[in-house]
This record gives sequence, structure tokens and C-alpha cells, in this order.
Amino acid sequence: MTASPASLKDNHSLRAPTPPSIKLHEHTIEIVSDSGEGAQKCGQIFAAVSARMGNGVWTVEIIPAEVQPPPRVPEGASGNRIRIGDGPVTNWGDQTNLVVAFNEQVLLARHRLGALAPDATLLIEEMWETSPDPAIVAAWQEAMTELTAAGYRIVRVPMQAECLTVMENPRKGKNMFALGILAWIYDRDLERIREQIAIAFRKKSEAVYTTSVALVDLGYQWASEHLDFRIEVPRAPGDAALVVMNGNEALGMGAIAAGFELCAMYPITPATSVSHYLSEVFERFGGLVHQAEDEIAAIGVAIGASYAGKVALTITSGPGLALKTEFLGLAIMTETPLVLVDVQRGGPSTGLPTKVEQSDLLAALFGQPGDAPHVIIAPATIEECFHVMVTARRIAETFRAVVMVLTDANLATGVTPFPRPTPDIRWQAAPIDLAPVGADDLPYAWDESTGLSPRIVPGQPGGMFTLTGLSHDGRSKVAYSAGIHQHTSAMRSRKIAVLQSVLSPPQVYGPAEGDLLVIGWGSTKGAIEEAVDRVRAEGLAVSSLHLRFLSPLEPGIKAICSRFRNVMAVEINYSDEPDAPFITEENRRRGQLALLLRSATLVDVDSWTRVPGEPLRPGAIAAALRERLGRGAAT
Amino acid sequence: MTMSCELLHVLHRAGADTPYDMTSYEGARARWCPGCGDHGVLTAVQRLLAVEQLVPEQTVFVSGIGCSSRFPHYLKTYGFHGIHGRALPVSTGIKLHRPELNVFTVMGDGDCTSIGAAHWIHALRYNLDLTVLLLDNAIYGLTKKQTSPTTPQGVVTNTQPRGSYLPALNPLTVSLGVTNSSFVAQTAEWVPAHLFATLRAAYRHKGTSFVRILQRCPVYTPEMYQAVVRDPARVALLVHDDGVVVPELDRTFTTQIHHDPRDLAAARNLAESDDLIRLGVFFRDPDRPRYEETRRVTPRTATERMVRLEEEFDRYAV
Repeated sequence: MTASPASLKDNHSLRAPTPPSIKLHEHTIEIVSDSGEGAQKCGQIFAAVSARMGNGVWTVEIIPAEVQPPPRVPEGASGNRIRIGDGPVTNWGDQTNLVVAFNEQVLLARHRLGALAPDATLLIEEMWETSPDPAIVAAWQEAMTELTAAGYRIVRVPMQAECLTVMENPRKGKNMFALGILAWIYDRDLERIREQIAIAFRKKSEAVYTTSVALVDLGYQWASEHLDFRIEVPRAPGDAALVVMNGNEALGMGAIAAGFELCAMYPITPATSVSHYLSEVFERFGGLVHQAEDEIAAIGVAIGASYAGKVALTITSGPGLALKTEFLGLAIMTETPLVLVDVQRGGPSTGLPTKVEQSDLLAALFGQPGDAPHVIIAPATIEECFHVMVTARRIAETFRAVVMVLTDANLATGVTPFPRPTPDIRWQAAPIDLAPVGADDLPYAWDESTGLSPRIVPGQPGGMFTLTGLSHDGRSKVAYSAGIHQHTSAMRSRKIAVLQSVLSPPQVYGPAEGDLLVIGWGSTKGAIEEAVDRVRAEGLAVSSLHLRFLSPLEPGIKAICSRFRNVMAVEINYSDEPDAPFITEENRRRGQLALLLRSATLVDVDSWTRVPGEPLRPGAIAAALRERLGRGAAT
Repeated sequence: MTMSCELLHVLHRAGADTPYDMTSYEGARARWCPGCGDHGVLTAVQRLLAVEQLVPEQTVFVSGIGCSSRFPHYLKTYGFHGIHGRALPVSTGIKLHRPELNVFTVMGDGDCTSIGAAHWIHALRYNLDLTVLLLDNAIYGLTKKQTSPTTPQGVVTNTQPRGSYLPALNPLTVSLGVTNSSFVAQTAEWVPAHLFATLRAAYRHKGTSFVRILQRCPVYTPEMYQAVVRDPARVALLVHDDGVVVPELDRTFTTQIHHDPRDLAAARNLAESDDLIRLGVFFRDPDRPRYEETRRVTPRTATERMVRLEEEFDRYAV
């Protein structure tokens, strides 16, 4: 294969004129394959190039739970879903418009999940039709019958046959061929694709790069000769410098920007990729990723390091959060600052390891036996995943507090561009102060009004004390008396109120009054606001509110709610449908934020939640809002 | 290491070159039961701190939960009295972040060999420069007489009133079985000279030094070591120049085994046999990799980090 750019150009001049592009505001593309065939790599490169070229982009991974599920089974579908737009894209959207699939079984899986738009275009590898294995041929025919009946536009692609002209094992090359096809359809810049390939395969050999580029060129050429449509999503390259990454990378970079020096963790999906990123770069910043023997040890190491100096970090997901419970209580009781990131997945138990959910809120907030006040922040965007780490570390240090950062699998694996942060040296943790401690300085010199107290760390002459998880007085002496426990409980609790007093009220998205206020938290912001835009365009008086602080809750929420006839929390966790069997107003289990808001505000906050193991679709939220308002209007 | 010079240190007084004496390390008054073995260990540790002139503010004692885990409260150093079984992860975090600190870990048998067993095994493998003391009285004391992993089979307890069901776990063979374990010793609280010499050897060892200290619980298992205490012939001392040599004990403990602590196979054999109680250094290898050295990173200033962060953004720039 010698598809150099020059030969490609010649080829262009020979073939039929390029079909005119269909111009659209947005388009959603999927690349799906068996695990290990590289669809994700293809999707990532396509997304990065699209972002670099000036499209809004939101990418979601399609991940099977197993590392290498059996080939050609629906549950093994692996790949990427990329939504590109002519403006910023804040969420994964509704349904997919174009799919490149490496076999019909993974495609069938997407179809049956309802992931594909009714008029979607499917580009499918056709080699299975002529397989020597009659079972495969039968499966192909059955699937194609079902897909054809669904009315999709189906384009058969001889991926294997084409790739064989360039390489011996096309199983490892179809992804780059597919990338070439997409590059032609969406008119992506081949030079930028080559740059991205070089980055993506920087650890591989030169030959891998060369072959990959050849395959992209081949796919591009094939598409130009065989496809009769192209799609244009107008690009708006801005002046602002952008970076593009996923939420876990943003968390890792934020940890660096915040000046963390130790991240102690135990592998758990979907949190682990933060530590993959940090393990690669952290040492260049004087930082260390410690992979502990278990989740409990991970938080123990972080607490030990925090106690001895700078605030340390531990990163986990739901099951790990459960295991860390006792140590969290210790950190809160001893006022040892700590930042814990929980990248939420579906639960309970092992649940949906790779899939998004927002079900850890109440466990994070109330999961520690005893009264254990602490801070919970939930970034709403990938950009906020970066900045939240700076905020979290500062609050942890200033308030001697445990700060939990709740993200989720949607943020963790979603990729989107955002303005390049301008690092500020003040974000970095100050070096620890080892100055001598005065004779009157106590390890817990609580300010009576705020509960705040300065910290003493080992190495400070004159400051020797024994930190203890037992009830203790200001000298850190074990004290079981009723008065002391009452007082110190108040001191630990007061800090949370003090933090709340310095927070700004949240901003309403849309008019400050109306028929319905939607309240969300975490990764659903983009989908909720898109849904609100849609129903508002239809004339409904809906606004939304997105909370970053869950503990303490941001101030003024009750007043904001009072200007709306109805309030409804939208979340990715479970709640009972009001009209389900046995469900009454009294026994209905509501979503977790709804429960929290009801207790804090006494507002009758309704709940609309779903746990599909995927991000909420703006279309589904919009439908729920219409329905809710229909009901609301009737009452 | 011989005892002669240390005998002088027993009478040690604070002075210009040696600002700390044993009283310098006295914290709150110990509240263990009269006759508890913990008292003797506390005294030996205070003596070690004075002899080694450890700077109190540069020294941290970390413990879990249990009778012996009150230890840090009774010392005037920094202390961390954490949660049950988890002293070693805390020590690991302290040492990783602040390698210049002297970090001691004090655990009971329930703490170390039961609820904290995973951390025990992995701490030995990390081999950070920690001095780890297992105060093993073979019973749960604080929660009032339950069987622990090291409780001898047949001993009647509140949870196993018809006699403890299982053969006791042997902390020495477990420790000697862990890859990268670098120092394993056993001593007994009722032989103070040996206790002190062993603690000192442990402290001076670079790496995780694991010392099992046999000790009596006068309340719940008063009989446990009575025969051994009365009859030194039931004890064998392991002696070696690279281990512990206490000449003053020669007349009391006539059974002495010359054992080279580098000989792991011999150490495992000695730890396995239960004919005599063996006190001394079973194994020591100062050349095993230490985690804080393996993982040592060059510190970076805030300014350096800012420059490198910009380079990181460049990698992700659109």
C-alpha cells in the first residue's frame, strides 16, 4: 500500500465529483466492535481531531464489563459514541445517527438498546456473510433481517478485504480503516489525524504508525469511491485556547495543579484511570501514586500522609467508598484533612462497574457511623473536574475537613474540549510549616464561633500530641465526658455551616420564576439544560438549577424554589415511580438529591430518575418535563 | 551488638550532648492493669529513645486499637492512635510523605494478625524503614478475653468457652514467609535486657523490622507463660553478632543457638519448631529494597510544577 497524500490527491482528481454535504447542527457517530479491535482508539482520535478542528464534541465510551468477552456477542460491544456539534456540546445527546460496526452482533446490541436513531446510517463490515462457519452466516442473515426491518440505511463495507491489501491481521487495523471512512464523510483534516495517531501510538513502533496512516488513507479512499453522502457540521474554531481530555484526566491534572503530592489508591473501575494518568506523569511533579494492598489501606496511607504534612488524595468508586468508611470517620473525628474522589458507577454491590450512576450521594454523606460532618462537591462538567481539585484541597486544608469529590462514569470517560486553564501558583499547597509550637498552642484550638483550628504536624518542636479517634479535648486527650463530646461535636459540625456561609447562591438557568424548577447535580448538567432549552422553546416555563455543593448545600435554595410552582430533582439513581404498585406518597422512595432537598428545605421536591447504566438523554428528560407539567397543570 | 555500652545508658542522664533522658519521653501516666506486659515494653521503648537520643518531635508512634494501642498516649512524641488493625497503612503514609521521621508501629495480636493481617503482610513486603512491634499477649484484652489468632489451642475464652478451637497462628513463620521481609525477631517482656537489645537492633535495622514481643496478660491469661518465666531452660536464645547478644543473660539462659540471621532457611526451621521458646533475631537482611527508596521522587517547587503543568496542557491542547 502506498497511499501517500500525493497518490490520494491524484485519486481524488480521477474519481467522480464529491457529493454535496448535508449540513447539520449536530451529528452523533458510533464506532463499535468486539473488545480488542480498537474501536475506542478510532473514536478517540476522531473526537480529538473534531475538537481540534472547531466542533463541539462529547464522547462516551461503550465498554463491556469483561476485558475480552467472547467475539461476536451483543454484550461484548465496545467502542465510542461521539456527538459533534456546531457549538459547544455538553452531553451525549439522544440517539446515534451514524454507526461503523465491525460485526453485526455488536450492531444488533446497539439497535436493541434503542441507541440508534430510526433513520441512522449503518456502515457494516460484510465479511461475516461469506464466513466458512454456517453459524456465523446464519447469525448475520438473522441480524441483517432485523436491522433492515428497522428501516436503517445500511451500507456494507468490505473492511477485511480492503485491510488485507495493507496488512496480514486486519483485526488490528480495521479501526484505522474506519477512521479513514469517517474522515472522508465528515471532511476531517488528514494531517491532524496523522498527528493524533502519532500521539495515540507513541509507545508503539514506527511500523504501527506507518501502517495506521496507510489504513486511514485507504479508508478515506474507499469512502470517496463508494459513498454517496457527506455530512458537514459547521465548525467554529474560536480564539480561545482549548484542551481536550476526559474527566479522569482532568481530575488527575487538577490534583497536580492543586499541589497534591500523594495519591493512594486501589484499582477500581471507573476510577482507576485517574491513577493511570497520574502514574504516568505525577513523579515529574514530585508526586507519588501509591497502589495500596486494598481500599482500606489506600485511605489509611492517605490519612497518614495528610497527618504528617500536605493533604493527600485517595480515589475510588462505590464499593471502595464502602470499605473506606471507618477511616473516613477517623479523619473526620481527628480533623485530618483529606480529599477523596468517588467516581460513581452503578450499584449497589458490584453493580454496573463500567456504567454511570449517581447513587453514592447519600452513602457519601451519611455513610459513616456516628455524626461525621464533611464536605461533598460534585463537578458538573469535565472542565470542573479539573478545577474542583484545587477547591477541594483548599477547603480540606482550611477547614481541617474531609472533602469528597463525587464524579461519575459519564464524566470519567466522556471527552470534551474546554478552555485551557491558566494555572495559578497560589493553587499549589504551601510547604508545611515546621515552626516550633508555643506552649499554649493546642492540637485543637477550636475557635468557639467557627469551629476552625490550626493544625500541628509531626516535626514541629513542642507540638507533640497523640491524635486519637476517641472522643478528645482540645489537647487531644481522651475525654469521654458528656460536655466535651457535645461541644466537640458542635465544633466539627460548625465548620460546615461556616463553609456554607461563604458560598454563593446557585445560579438559575433560565428565568428566576416559572412552573417548574429542575434541580440536578453532577454530570447531568448538560443534558438537563439542553432539555430545559427544548421545552422552553415549546413555551413551557421551566428553569433549572445545578448544585455543586451537596454538603453543605449552597445557600438560598429554598428561596429559589419558592418562585416556582413545582420543583423536581432529576438524577441518575433509583426512585419509585409514583404510580407503581404499592407505591404511596408516604412509602415512595425518591431520588437521593430529592430526599436531601426535601429535608433541608421542606419543599415538596418531586423526583424523576432513571438508572439505565448510561447518561440521561436530553430527549428523555424533556419528555419527563412535559409530562410533569401536564400533571402539574391538571392539579 | 553487645550489652556493655548499653548498661551505661541505663543510667543515662540528659546533658549537653545528650539532651534527652527517659523522662523526656514520658507522656500520660500509663493506665494498663498492674502487671501488664505493656508496662515493660513502654519502659524498654523509652530507654531505647533515650539511648538513641531520638528527637521527640521527629518521632511518631502509630497504633491501632486494643490495650497495647494506648501506647502512643504514654509517650511524649507525636502519636497516632487510629483504628483497629490499620496502624501499618497509616505508618506507611507517614513514612512515604516524611521519610525523615522515625516511625514506630505498635500493635496487639488481634490488631496485627487478625483484622490487620493483610496490612501486616504487605507492610513486610514494602519494607519501609519502620520499627514494628507486635505486643502479643495471645488474647483480646480490651474487649475482655476473646480468642485471638495467637491464642493457644484449648485456652478457654469468652468466645470459645470450650477451649480455643484452632492451633495458634505463628507470627514468625508468617513474617518469614513474606517476600522482601527483612527483619524478624522475637523477644519477651519478662526478659528486659533482651527486650531492650532486640528493640535496639530493630530500630537500627534499615527496613521494616518486625519484633514479636511475648507478653503476659495478668488478668485474662496469667498462666500462659508462667512455666517459661519460672524455668529459663524452656527458653533458647538465638545469638549472633548481627543479631542480639546479651552477655549478662548467659548464666540464666544456658541454651543458646548460634544462628546467622542471614540464613533464611535456618530461620524458618527455628521459627517452626515449638519445643522451646526462641528469643533473638531470626532473620535480617539489610540489603532488601526499601519502598521509600524505590519510590523516591525528586521534590519540585511550585514554580517548577507550574512550568510542567503548562507542558501537560500542551499535550492536550486543541
